[in-house]
Amino acid sequence: MTYRMKLWVGAGALLSFAGGVALATSPAPRPEALQTTELPRHQVPVSKDGNLVVGMCDGETSLEVKGVKEGQKLTRAQAARVSGELMDAWRKKNPDANWDPAPPPVVAQGQKQAPQQKNPPMGTQKPATGGAVREGGVTAESGGKEVRKQAGVNIQDGHSYGAFTQRDEAVWAASTQQFVDEGHRVFHDADAVGGTIAVSCDMCHPDASNTHPETYPKYQVQLGRVALLRDMINWCIENPVRGKPLADGDPRLRAMEAYIYAQRKGTKLEYGKK
Amino acid sequence: MGNKFRSIETKHYEERDAFFEGLKRLDRRAFLRVAGMSAGIVAGMGLRTPQSFQLVNVAEAQGTKPRFTFAYISDTHLYEQKLNDRFVRSILKAVDDVNGLDPQPDFVLFGGDLAQLGQAGELKLGAQILKSVKAPVRMMVGEHDWFLDMGELWRDLFGAPNYSFDHKGVHFVVLNSILEKDFWTERKLTPMERMKIVAGLDNGIQSRFEVGGEQRAWMKQDLAKVDKKTPVIVFSHSPLYKYYRPWNFWTDDADEVQALLKPFERVTVIHGHTHQLLTNRIDNIQFHGMLSTAWPWPYAPEGLPQLTVQMNRPDPFSQFDGCGDGRVDVLESGLVDKLYNLWERNPITVRGSYLASGGKQDAPPRTKLPSY
Repeated sequence: MTYRMKLWVGAGALLSFAGGVALATSPAPRPEALQTTELPRHQVPVSKDGNLVVGMCDGETSLEVKGVKEGQKLTRAQAARVSGELMDAWRKKNPDANWDPAPPPVVAQGQKQAPQQKNPPMGTQKPATGGAVREGGVTAESGGKEVRKQAGVNIQDGHSYGAFTQRDEAVWAASTQQFVDEGHRVFHDADAVGGTIAVSCDMCHPDASNTHPETYPKYQVQLGRVALLRDMINWCIENPVRGKPLADGDPRLRAMEAYIYAQRKGTKLEYGKK
Repeated sequence: MGNKFRSIETKHYEERDAFFEGLKRLDRRAFLRVAGMSAGIVAGMGLRTPQSFQLVNVAEAQGTKPRFTFAYISDTHLYEQKLNDRFVRSILKAVDDVNGLDPQPDFVLFGGDLAQLGQAGELKLGAQILKSVKAPVRMMVGEHDWFLDMGELWRDLFGAPNYSFDHKGVHFVVLNSILEKDFWTERKLTPMERMKIVAGLDNGIQSRFEVGGEQRAWMKQDLAKVDKKTPVIVFSHSPLYKYYRPWNFWTDDADEVQALLKPFERVTVIHGHTHQLLTNRIDNIQFHGMLSTAWPWPYAPEGLPQLTVQMNRPDPFSQFDGCGDGRVDVLESGLVDKLYNLWERNPITVRGSYLASGGKQDAPPRTKLPSY
C-alpha cells in the first residue's frame, strides 16, 4: 500500500466516522407509524408492598422482586437472579420449547460433536448469540405454533416464517419508514449530504422526481460505463452539489437510496431504459 | 489514481483540437477541397444557417408582424457569490444574452425568484447585476424573494410588487401571485424557517399560492378602465392556473383571476416558477412559462396541460442544459410568440397561432426524450 493510498483510506475512515457521528447526534425523525399505532403492552401487576415488578418479554410472566422498591435500580447480581427465575418460570409453562443451547466451540468440519443435553438446567447455559443453530435448524417447535395459536388464525404450519405477529410487522414497517425518512432528511439538506454551495438534491428533484431509479443499471453515456443509481447519486453530490462522494456503506447513501426507491413504488422496473 | 474513463466531452474536445491542428497544416488547395465538400454536404442535407437568437425582421402573414418585443430573465435563485458562484455565472450569462439582442427589446421582464432565501446579500447582489441590463427592467416578485421579511427589502429595492402600465397599445398587469395563508404563526416559526419551508418545492407544510382578495379588487379596478379590445398581458410568478398542487405549480384563486380577464379578447399570461417549457390555453387566455437560469424543474407527475410540448429531458452533465432565458414577440394581432432560448440547444418558439388553433397549426418540435 503506497503512502498516498493509506492517506485515502484514512480519509475515508474519518469521513464515515464523521457521518456516523452526525447521524447518531441528529434527532431522528419519529416515524408516523410509531406515533399513531398502539402496540400491545405488557401490563405487570402492581406490588402491594411497592416492590419492583419485572415483566418478561413473553408478555405474560412477571416477577416481584422482594427487597427492591419500585424505581430502585437492580444490582447486576440481582438482575441475573431475576432473569434466571423468569426464564425458569417460562420453561415450566413451555416444557416442549427448544431453547438453543450456547454455541459449541468451533470444530473442524466432519468432526462428530458430543451430543448436547436438551434443556440444560439454568445457569449452565447462555442464550444463543446466533452463531450456531441447534441440530435440525429452526423448527415449528421453536415457538411458532404458540404464536399462531394466540393469533387465532388458520394458516399453514411448518416454519417460523409463518409465525410473525402484527406487532412484528408493525416494527418492520416502522423501521423501514424510519430509514426512508432519514433518506428524505439527507436528500433535503445540503449540509447533511456534504454540499459546499448550499445546493440540495430536492432543488432539482422535488419528491425525488426525475431520479428514475427503475432505469438502473444502465449505460451512462456521459460516464462511459454502466452506472447504478448510487453512482448517479454520487455524481450529483460531486458535481452540482460540489461535495465529496459517499462511500458505498455510508448510511446517508443507503438512506437516500431507500428514499428514492420508496418514491417510485409501483413503477415497473426497466433496467437499461434510455 | 487517475481517472481511467475519459468522458465523451473530453473525447469530443480532443477530437476537435486534433481537427483544428490538422486544419493549420492544410495547404491552400486542400483547404478549398475541404471547404467545398462541407458546403456541398450542407446544401445536400438541406440545412440552412440555424436561426440565431437575434431578432428576425420578417413580416409574415397578416397580424404576425411583431409590434414590439420584450425579453425576460427569470428564477435566478441567487445565493451570495462567495457561497455559490454557479448561479451568479448563470444570471450574468442571461444578462449578456439580452444585452446582445439586436435590435434591443423594449424592456426586460425579471420573472421573480431573484434570491434563493430572500436574504439582503442575495437581493442586493441581484439588483446590482440587473443594473447592467441595457434595456429598462420590469420587476416581478417570487416566493424566494418574499418570505424571509415578507417582501420588505424587495419593496425597498424595487417598489410595489403589483402595478400596471401601458406600452404601445398593450395593457400590462404585474401581479404578486405568491402570497400564502399564514402557516407560520401557529407553529412559531422563525422567519428563516418560514423561508426555507416555502423554498422547498415538495414541502407540504406551506399553504398554496394566491393573488388574494385585496389584489384582485385592485386588478378589477385597474382593468375597468381598459377597452375590451386592448390586448392584455399579465405577469405573474406562479402559473395563473392549476397545474400540480403538491409543488405549488398552482394559484389557489386562479379561477377568480381568470374570471377578471375573461371579458378581454386577447389575454396572455407570462409566468415563472415552473422552470420549464410550459404552454396552456384556457378559453381566451394563453399561458407561457419562463425558463430559469439556475436549474430546470422536472415536469410534474400529473396535470400537465395538453398543449404543452415538453422540452427535452435536461442533461445533468451540462450545467446550463434545460436553463436559459427568452423573448416575447408581441404581434400586431395582440397575440404573442414566445421564444424559449434554451442554452446549448436550439431555441424553441411557441407561437400564438399554435395556441389559438388549439394545437392544429405551428406545433413546436417534439422531444425524443420526454420525462420519466
